[in-house]
Amino acid sequence: MNLQFLADGILVGAMIGLGAIGVTLTYSILGFANFVHGEFITWGTYAALTLAGGIGLLVGQDIAPLGPFSIGWPVLVAGLIAMVLTGLLALLLDLLVFRRLRRHGNAIIMVMASFGASMALRSLVEFVFTSEPAYFSRELQIAIPIGLGIRLTPDQMLMLGLTLALVVIMQLVISKTQLGRSMRAVSENPALAQVAGVDVAQVVRLTWMIGGALACAAGIMAGITVQIRPFMGFDLLLPLFSAAILGGIGSVPGAVIGGLIVGLGESLAVQLIGANYRAAAAFLLLIAVLLVKPTGLFGRRD
Amino acid sequence: MLDLVGYGAFFLTTALSYGLICLGLNIQWGQTGLFNVGVAGFVAIGAYTSALLTTPETAGRLGGFDLPIVIGWLGAMLTSGLAAAFIGAITLRLRADYLAITTFGIAIVIQLIAVNVQGLTGGPFGIGFIPRPFGTLAGNALAFNLANLAVVAVVTGIVFLALERVTRSPWGRVLRAIREDETAAASLGKNANFYRLQAFVLGSAIMGLAGAIQGHFIGFIAPENYLSAITFQVWAMLIIGGSGNNRGALLGAVLVWALWSASGPLISAIFPPEQQARAAALQIVAIGVVMVAILLVRQRGLLGEAATVSRHLDGGEAEAADSDA
Repeated sequence: MNLQFLADGILVGAMIGLGAIGVTLTYSILGFANFVHGEFITWGTYAALTLAGGIGLLVGQDIAPLGPFSIGWPVLVAGLIAMVLTGLLALLLDLLVFRRLRRHGNAIIMVMASFGASMALRSLVEFVFTSEPAYFSRELQIAIPIGLGIRLTPDQMLMLGLTLALVVIMQLVISKTQLGRSMRAVSENPALAQVAGVDVAQVVRLTWMIGGALACAAGIMAGITVQIRPFMGFDLLLPLFSAAILGGIGSVPGAVIGGLIVGLGESLAVQLIGANYRAAAAFLLLIAVLLVKPTGLFGRRD
Repeated sequence: MLDLVGYGAFFLTTALSYGLICLGLNIQWGQTGLFNVGVAGFVAIGAYTSALLTTPETAGRLGGFDLPIVIGWLGAMLTSGLAAAFIGAITLRLRADYLAITTFGIAIVIQLIAVNVQGLTGGPFGIGFIPRPFGTLAGNALAFNLANLAVVAVVTGIVFLALERVTRSPWGRVLRAIREDETAAASLGKNANFYRLQAFVLGSAIMGLAGAIQGHFIGFIAPENYLSAITFQVWAMLIIGGSGNNRGALLGAVLVWALWSASGPLISAIFPPEQQARAAALQIVAIGVVMVAILLVRQRGLLGEAATVSRHLDGGEAEAADSDA
């Protein structure tokens, strides 16, 4: 058996894990399954693409790719700005829609609104950018053998490194900082957190910002290693939810490990049955978790 | 003039078939508070089941079994109901939004099966030659459209009346009791999960029936008829019409389908031909915005749920309670 599927699975899994951190945080702190998360991925990626194009026009000359990678510095700069912009988009959506619905306290109405908003946002992207796939770079990448018959492109290695860095940072933020403590407190019990002096509104805002920014990062990664399409976020939504539930709602390491398991499951399915059935792997894993251990690997009972 | 009548019949047939899906969704969401994001999947199961059962034998594909159309429709309800029972048994005992995620997942998996398992579904090209209830009339467009309308109207009418009865029955009361306060319902000895499962299966079976009827009306089905956009349209119909109200479900279906059908020509009038495919995405944007706006401004929709539906309490009291809501 060719071990390449392991590398592919870890690569896809890292991306899913990164997106699932946002899903799991918004789920546990805001209390609902947010279907717009897929659209944060898509919008963030298209924002980065547009900004990178804009920077290219401003500089006015062809920018050489960095070292062995297929992308130049404009994509990295655009990516950072796009992460902030996606965080702001999440905040805007909260301001317009979710904050008002939160007052009613009905989580399912919020899920429904997120479903409607995601459809509208996705179709808007389709209208503006058409459904033709787009790319950050047309540079070809040569996969380098790294042993055990596995090959990775320099881009893929860069993405793995960046994901690892973001995951470690997030875990440190959640477990060590005052913000992380406040987030955990609000997720346990918002009313009690408020009484204890936690600024709940502020925590909610930061949660949206972080979730949006990480979704954008995951999208850019998918954009660089695969391609950019209006449905890219929608197609990731089921794997993201599966990963978040598999890891246990609210757990950052859980989301990442869940993402890796879903990613490996998908590439195993591709290896064994064929690429057409990739998406079914996430669903089967989801059903299995719900049957065996609905609280997930690292979740607490509620 | 006759053309107009023919188009009107065609329009109403389609709208009512959506209305039927809405009625199924209303049992799940309106009465019981279950959020099903996989409507397209359950409609597809029904459509494919009935197509397999009723089409003539085809090389390279399972069946068809050339059975009567009514058997196809019953089979459609059965398979959609079974799929719902499977999903429901796993997720209904868990937190409410897990049902949303799982139904979202099953719609994706059914789409995968429809596209890839050619021996069962005919793959991307779908299934053709699905027998039509009044196929012999197909030469006369007007008579054919009217006959189709009559069939869909009768089925929708029967389902509507049955659901109205069910809503007012003790069973319907238990569903609403569970939706409003599960603990209270449970303390009265009602097994909340089992009632939820029943409502979920019943609603999905109706969706399967609607899918089968649509398939037989058009005579052809393909995977792209069952994308998430359908789920979304049906939700918009129910929410705009008024969830919890069977009349609202039908009203919403006709209204949203009218807006949808009217916005098509509007887009082709505004945008140049090469831009029309992308401009069609704007229809979905508009529906999404309206749906979110309704949730924000008027959650009960146009008609909304009557505060009192029991026939024992009908009268002045009910009116008063309704105006309070």
